[in-house]
Amino acid sequence: MKNYDILIIGCGVTGAAVAYELSRFELSVGVVERSNDVGCGATKANSAILHAGYDPEPGTLCARLNVEGVKLAKQICEKLSVLRRELPSFVLAFTDADIRLIHELKERADANGVEGARVLSRDEVLAIEPSVNPDILGALYAPHSAIVDPWEYTCAMAETAVVNGADVNLSCGVRSIEKHENGFIVHTSGGDFSAKYIVNAAGCYASEIAAMVGDTDIKPINLCGQYYVLDKCEGKKVNSVIFRCPDEKGKGVLVAPTVHGNMIVGPDAFEVRDGDSVGTVAETLPKLKTSGLRSVPGIDFRQVIHEYAGVRPATADSDFIINISPACENFVNLAGIKSPGLPAAPAVALEGIKLLRKCGLETKEKKNFTDKREVVRFNKLGEEEKAEIIKQDPLYGQIICRCETVTEGDIVAAIRRPIQPRSIDAIKRRTGAGLGRCQGGFCSPRVHEILARELGVSPLDITLGNDGSYILTGETKEAQR
Amino acid sequence: MTADRYYDVIVIGGGPAGLAAAVSACDNGAESVLVIERDREVGGILNQCIHNGFGLHYFKEELTGPEYAARFAKMVAEKENAEVLCNTMVLSVTPDRRVVCISKELGYRVYEAGAIILCMGCRERTRGAIAIPGDRPAGVLTAGTAQRYVNIEGYMPGKRVVILGSGDIGLIMARRLTLEGAKVLACVELCPYSNGLTRNIVQCLNDFDIPLYLSHTVTNIIGKDRVEKIQISRVDGYTPIPGSEFEIECDTLLLSVGLIPENELTKGAGIEIDRRTNGAFVHENMETSVPGIFACGNVAHVHDLVDYVTAESLRAGASAAKFAAGVRCGGRSVSVRNGNGVNYTLPQFIRPENIDKSVEIFFRTNKVRGKSVIRVTSGGTVIAQFKRERMAPGEMEKITIPKPLFAKVNDELVVEVCDDPV
Repeated sequence: MKNYDILIIGCGVTGAAVAYELSRFELSVGVVERSNDVGCGATKANSAILHAGYDPEPGTLCARLNVEGVKLAKQICEKLSVLRRELPSFVLAFTDADIRLIHELKERADANGVEGARVLSRDEVLAIEPSVNPDILGALYAPHSAIVDPWEYTCAMAETAVVNGADVNLSCGVRSIEKHENGFIVHTSGGDFSAKYIVNAAGCYASEIAAMVGDTDIKPINLCGQYYVLDKCEGKKVNSVIFRCPDEKGKGVLVAPTVHGNMIVGPDAFEVRDGDSVGTVAETLPKLKTSGLRSVPGIDFRQVIHEYAGVRPATADSDFIINISPACENFVNLAGIKSPGLPAAPAVALEGIKLLRKCGLETKEKKNFTDKREVVRFNKLGEEEKAEIIKQDPLYGQIICRCETVTEGDIVAAIRRPIQPRSIDAIKRRTGAGLGRCQGGFCSPRVHEILARELGVSPLDITLGNDGSYILTGETKEAQR
Repeated sequence: MTADRYYDVIVIGGGPAGLAAAVSACDNGAESVLVIERDREVGGILNQCIHNGFGLHYFKEELTGPEYAARFAKMVAEKENAEVLCNTMVLSVTPDRRVVCISKELGYRVYEAGAIILCMGCRERTRGAIAIPGDRPAGVLTAGTAQRYVNIEGYMPGKRVVILGSGDIGLIMARRLTLEGAKVLACVELCPYSNGLTRNIVQCLNDFDIPLYLSHTVTNIIGKDRVEKIQISRVDGYTPIPGSEFEIECDTLLLSVGLIPENELTKGAGIEIDRRTNGAFVHENMETSVPGIFACGNVAHVHDLVDYVTAESLRAGASAAKFAAGVRCGGRSVSVRNGNGVNYTLPQFIRPENIDKSVEIFFRTNKVRGKSVIRVTSGGTVIAQFKRERMAPGEMEKITIPKPLFAKVNDELVVEVCDDPV
């Protein structure tokens, strides 16, 4: 049985951030994750935006940790080579009521300490972002928003934690937790673990994990949101994150570019059974188009390449739930981390560590903490650099994903990183192979072959995503002979 | 970077279009021809089309896809002035005819060309492109990807299969998977008619008792990790009819819902794209809007028969060789437009001076029709008429207009289809 000082349950962006921050210290840190990869819950499917922080109610944890978190996120992305792009954001006002709302948001921005936010006139908005609907009356403008690759962001923090000695145990879904005098024994689908402290970062399932130690205060509300992804030809049409005025249902449908160069339009919001209810719905999905076109009339929805849905781990509490469990000592909840959970993550992690210290955890900094990560992305290199890297490693001369220009070199390097991807989708999230307009139609058999070869397993054992999502059912008659 | 080498003609893509274009470029005087192929070998998608039915028009015999490809690959190999690079990917093409490509062996290369022929083929429309709702399990894949797994890699993608779309690849895969022991439960088609060739409906569905549901579509995919069942609904037009839905238990959904020409390099070179074909606008000699860059085969418009790809590509190859030798096409340009009942035409521009004896116009009609008349008009004057017993969107039509008729043509030619009143 593996024995840790701290066991983190869940390796989404929050759990990964906790692992990363804890790996600075002379501590043994373990993470258990029920999926076969990191970042497979709410982290996988959201708006991928590092919000500036004008939206949350001043005085809340959401507000404070959002604003603190984006600053930390910027540094982390730089240190760990994570794709991130700074751009402005707008909240469009179409009515007089909207105008009043954006002035309120401006006040919130000031109260929350968001820099540079101001209300702009219609013409000022159109001068900066010509793609927006000329029917607007004005907009709130925040110059310092950013978009990020949430998969890589999570993976980078988790990998860095591993490089610094932490364990990330994949395919370990927690079944039960025993509390003993000196700590906990955690029974998972992948074996048992013991720990002195537990951090509950289980996303949509945080309430279930808390209930295992008798803490039944967290009341989950699983809010699903759907998105369209459009081809890169559309991604060039907008150069900012474009929101509508928030209403009782949330921030509403946004239009934004992604760090990969696509455009996303979404999300809506409707309650679902659990965190795994990520199917798209025929009746509601097309409504996103109407909302998106109202903000940016030039979107060509013929260029849609993909749809996805994600579940926000909201709770009956309107704020994040960050506490030492009232039912169990040495057990820290980081629950209800809905939006702005992505930008807030590093600040949420530091908040969690504060609580661990309160529980008695001693944190002594390591002398040789590695706080950097380097990756090669062939498709981001210049001419000379491309020529050079193929000379060094010819695998970079073999294109596997033609839509995103991902090479065999990129894929093999991803497989050899500290947290090994095991599925076609895990390769997609790390390298972009299959993310493009053909959606893996051409490259997935090639990625499949490389993955089987590098992992030393039969192609029949390779899955699309989670364990159980097998792709092949057997050999053909000819192959069996 | 400075160019590593010059070729008279560079052909991008070594599928049936690229191979025929290369042969023709050599035959028409090109002194150096380079074919750049991204896959391990030339032949393109034909390599995985192991069924027969290829070559009936061109070779007057029935060949399999690999046999058809091998004949052209041999012709290219026998040309002393033609080179083939496999496992080589073109990253960009410029309007001044520079080609950047990479491979493991050669690294990063820049070539210059007297003329370029774009032969990148097409890709399959995906689940994402048509927004099929539901869960995201494994077991949803395009028919072409499934075909690669079965025919090239030797693996089965499923045991109980439903096929959405009645395009030719889907129909061929219905038969192929059945012969490999899978149970194909249904073929579901949104349109009230099939989009495949009639011979494929008969030989791939009817002969194996696979039901074809016309005017139906998939309205939900159910399954956590792997497809467990799918929901099918009848449609009114393109809208699912509430209450008409039923479920089929299966582990696989194959998609054969259309093909899209792969024109990313084309767009990168600043070449104008026709929204109707999703390919470049081309002239009678397959030249695009950028002089010296030609396009043929499925990258220009999606074909049903490889024989037509070959014919078109031979023309493109000859034209490219002439361009590389310094011959420029001049004269007035007639634009060809699709009229009533016609979805697109190709070519979109004809320069009468540049026609030898006659010009072929390809098009597709917008619905299944019985006895019909194809009418070609210019400024209200009927230039030519053709009769057909039957027409369908799944079968590309070809008409031939003799050069002398262009004397009566102003700057526009319209192709339209109407019911035969007789």
